[in-house]
This record gives sequence, C-alpha cells and structure tokens, in this order.
Amino acid sequence: MNWRSIWAIVRRDLLAVMRSKGVMLPLIIVPLIFMIILPAAFGFLTPVIMELPGANMPDISLFLDQLPPALLAQFEGYDLDQMMVVFTLVYMFAPMFLIIPLMVASVVAADSFAGEKERKTMEALIYTPTTDLELFTGKVLSAMFPAMLVSLVGFLLYGLTANISAWPTMGRIFFPNAAWIILVLWVTPGTAAMGLGATVLVSSKVNSFQEANQIAGVIVLPILALVVGQISGVMYFGTLLTVLLGVFFWLGGGILLYLGVRTFRRSEILARG
Amino acid sequence: MTESAVIVTEGLKRCFDDITAVDDLDLVVYPGEVLGFLGHNGAGKTTTVRLLNGVLTPTAGRAEVLGLDPSTHGAELRQRTGVLTETPSVDERLTGYENLAIFAALYNVPAGDIDRRVAELLEIFQLTDRAVDRVGEYSKGMKQKLALARALVHQPEILFLDEPTSGLDPVITRQVHTLIRDLSQDGGHTVFLCTHNLAEAQRLCDRVAVLEHGKLVALGTPSELASELWKGVRIEFETSLAALPTAVGVLDNFLDVRDIHHAGDDPVISLSLNLRDQVPDLVASLVEAGVPLFRLTPKEPTLEDIYFALHEKNEAVTV
Repeated sequence: MNWRSIWAIVRRDLLAVMRSKGVMLPLIIVPLIFMIILPAAFGFLTPVIMELPGANMPDISLFLDQLPPALLAQFEGYDLDQMMVVFTLVYMFAPMFLIIPLMVASVVAADSFAGEKERKTMEALIYTPTTDLELFTGKVLSAMFPAMLVSLVGFLLYGLTANISAWPTMGRIFFPNAAWIILVLWVTPGTAAMGLGATVLVSSKVNSFQEANQIAGVIVLPILALVVGQISGVMYFGTLLTVLLGVFFWLGGGILLYLGVRTFRRSEILARG
Repeated sequence: MTESAVIVTEGLKRCFDDITAVDDLDLVVYPGEVLGFLGHNGAGKTTTVRLLNGVLTPTAGRAEVLGLDPSTHGAELRQRTGVLTETPSVDERLTGYENLAIFAALYNVPAGDIDRRVAELLEIFQLTDRAVDRVGEYSKGMKQKLALARALVHQPEILFLDEPTSGLDPVITRQVHTLIRDLSQDGGHTVFLCTHNLAEAQRLCDRVAVLEHGKLVALGTPSELASELWKGVRIEFETSLAALPTAVGVLDNFLDVRDIHHAGDDPVISLSLNLRDQVPDLVASLVEAGVPLFRLTPKEPTLEDIYFALHEKNEAVTV
C-alpha cells in the first residue's frame, strides 16, 4: 500500500468536501440541532414543563414506572424532574447521537464516490498509478475522518450543553456515563463504517450525489428502531447493550465495506460510467 | 514483440456485452513519434487508450507498453504514462495549484520537488496568475490547459491525448498544438493523439492509424496511405473556361489519365497519372491543342481525402 497516495486522495476529497455548500450544510446543521439545540431545549425546559399547572404528573410517573427495572435502578435517589432530565439527555439522545456519524459518513461518501462520477473527475484518478485498493482506502478514510471528527466534537458540545442546561435541575455534572463513552469510542466508528459501506454500494449503482444520498438514507432505520425501542421500554442504552450494538454495527459495516471493495474496480467503474 | 517500439499490440480485442469496441488491433508505436489515432465517435479510440493503460483488461489479444503488459502491470505502467481524458476531469472545487500538487503526489513526484514542478507547469501553461483561484472559475480553455499540465506533472514517457482541442477556441487550440509539437520534438515524448479533427492530425502527426468500428483500417504516414489509395501522381491545372472542352478532350485521349475531376464552370481540372514522368508529355499535348495553362501544381491528398477514401472503401467492403 502506497500511503502517500492514499493521503493525497484523502486530502483532495476533504478539500473538495469543505468547499461544497451542499455537503457542508448538513454536516453543520444536523449536529447543531441534535447536539445543541434539542438537548438545550430539553435541559432548560424539562423542569419548567414539569411545573406547569397542566402537566400530567401521574402519566409521567406511570411512563417512568414502565421503564426496565435496570434502568430505574440508575435513577435511584433522583426526584421526578431529575429522572426526566437524565432519561431524556442520557438515554433518549444516545441513539439519536448515532445519526451523526451515520449521516456524515453517508454524505461525504456519496460526494466522494457517486459525486465524483457525476462531476466526471473519477477518470483522471483512475489513470494514476494508484491501485484499486489504495483508491478505495483513500476514499473510505476521507469519509471516515469527518464522521469521527464531527461526532467527537458533537459529543463534547452535547456534554457541555447537557450539563449546563440541566444544571438548575441536576446541580452537578451527570453526563457522560460509561455507556456514552463506549458509544462514542466503540459504536460511533462502527456506525460510520456501516453508513459508509451502504453508501459505497449504492454509489456503484447510481450516477449522482443526490441519488446516492437519498437511497443510502435508508440505513438510518436501525437507529430509529433503537429510539422507538427505548421509548417503548423494550430496551435501554446500558453498557452491555451499547457494547453489543457496537459489535452489530462493526459487523454490518465490515460486511458492507467488504462488498464495496469488491465492486470498486476501475475497469467496472469505467464500463458503467 | 517489435524491438524498440514503445507500444505494440497483437490481436487486441475488447468487447462490452455484444458490442466489440476494439477488434483485433495490431499496432506499433515508436519512441518520440506523434501517432494520430483517428476515427469517428465510438470507433474505439478511448477504449484503446484504456486498454493500453491497464484500466481495462482485453477480451483477447495482448499489448505491451514500455515493455510492460498493461493488464498485469497497470500501476507500474501508469507511473510512466500521462493521460489527458476527453473531458478535462479537473476538480473544480480545488485551485489550479492544488489540482496539480495532489496529482504530483499521486504520481509519486518526490515531495521536495512538487512545488518546483507545479510552478514550472503553471508557467508553461500560462496559469501562474490564476494558480490560487478555484478551477470552477476557469474558462474551458484554461481547464483544458490545466488538465494537460496535470498529465505532464510526472514527466511521462508516453502521453495519451484524447481529443485535446475539442471545444477550444482557435487561439487556445494553436497554443495546445504548439505544446504538443514541443513535447514531441524538444521533450522526446511519444504522443498518442486520439482525434477526429483531421486538420489537427495532419498538422501534428508523424503517422496516423485509422480506426473504424474498432478495427484498424490503415496505419502509416499520410503519404504512405495516399500512395496505397491512389497509385501514381495527382495534379491540378487551371485553364480558361473557353478552353475547358478542348482540355477535357485532350485528357480523354491521353493514355493513363484517371480520376478526371472538374466542377461545372470552374476552369480548374484535377486528374491522376500513373507516372510522374508523364506530366511533361501531358503539358505538351495540352499546349499543342491550344489550351492555355495558367497554373499547374501537384495535388497532394490531404488527410481528410485519405480518411474519407478509407471510410468509403471500408463501407464498400462492409456492404
């Protein structure tokens, strides 16, 4: 493997991504909404809403009572306001956090693989002395790096927002817990790999950034299932589940990337183009 | 395979499903020459370039480029060739400098030499003033020049140019032609020029190869091809309108005159003779018959004449 060539591809793709409004806008707006605006709103407003005369306290208590016992044990010593804040900001947002690496990896990969075909810039790369594997690795890394960077920055901002906005209710730093650390360090790269792998496969069949992005968007369904599963009390983001989720995403991502690298042949790309 | 040739193909063939893009191609290209690879759109020119650079594998036959088999040593070979694709394929979000510097790294130009090499190319192609501008802001001609500079960034031994002047204005076209000539004559590069611009090929190429439906129908210098198509010499003379019938009468009675051509009231007649030595006799016969001769010149067939004659011959064979 010629790592100098691989880094040249990474540098090229990252420069191109940073200069594209179509790519950069979702990379800024989605994390802003999920990592700052929504948690800030929940953190600040939860105690206010709970104090409103119309707030249905029995229903909220009933909802919390239906949560898995292991999760309820985590709320030991919290009052109702604090339980709602912790449930929302620590558990509810955990699956939503995974949308970030998934989305960033997908958008950048769609630009890097399908977008390159659309802009007809792939052919020049194909005539370079890089091997198919080096080209593929360079393109995968150029989507992986922003996915990890945006996720890590998003996590730090989320931590700050959650702790600051919920300070009046919690009175102490309550975020992150162990599951979130595992989520960020273990599940996030796996999720990015899965989004990336799905987009690479889709990109081999389509000829535009938009098409690739829209079709690969289906990969968000497992994340939505996690959100629903947690709200309905079927599961919660404990340490074990988070570790297992990481295994699932890494496996899924690995398989999709393996299939992707098998389809990434310059002769095939030219024949299709 | 042929000694000293930089490109040799034997029975090279590439099919896409039921379409044969390149069919049984036998070709030899020598170092330092400009070979014009002519053919209409879809004749198989681009597919040949891809096969010769190892980005497509042949269905049958074999190729050797710079002593390497493209299908097994593609990466090694591409380090020594440069390709200008039909569309410039430059990244419009990057600056001119970035486009060249990144490809210099991809072509393994030593890190310490990249800045110097890029500056040199920008200077040659008169893009220095726009080096830090994004390529999206460049004109079509500038993009084409940048793409040509990119193909040269690693000083390749063979340069493949696919329609290098397509869509360019005459000024830029002339600049590109000068560059191609300089590359071949002063730089010693072998140039494989794919084009359907016959005037361009006539101006630049040492030899031409003509491709029809993936098959090579001719290979040689324009004069070699002309002599294969038209035996003897072709001349053209100008007389007066009044003497035109007399002149035609003389020609009809003159032995070995062929392909007499004149258009209506145009007092210019072109014809073919078997031998150059017959020209003075023909002139004497015309003068003796009282035909005034205002001008008589040898008429070399242009590449366009050759190309269309080959095309017609091939169509006739196909039918």
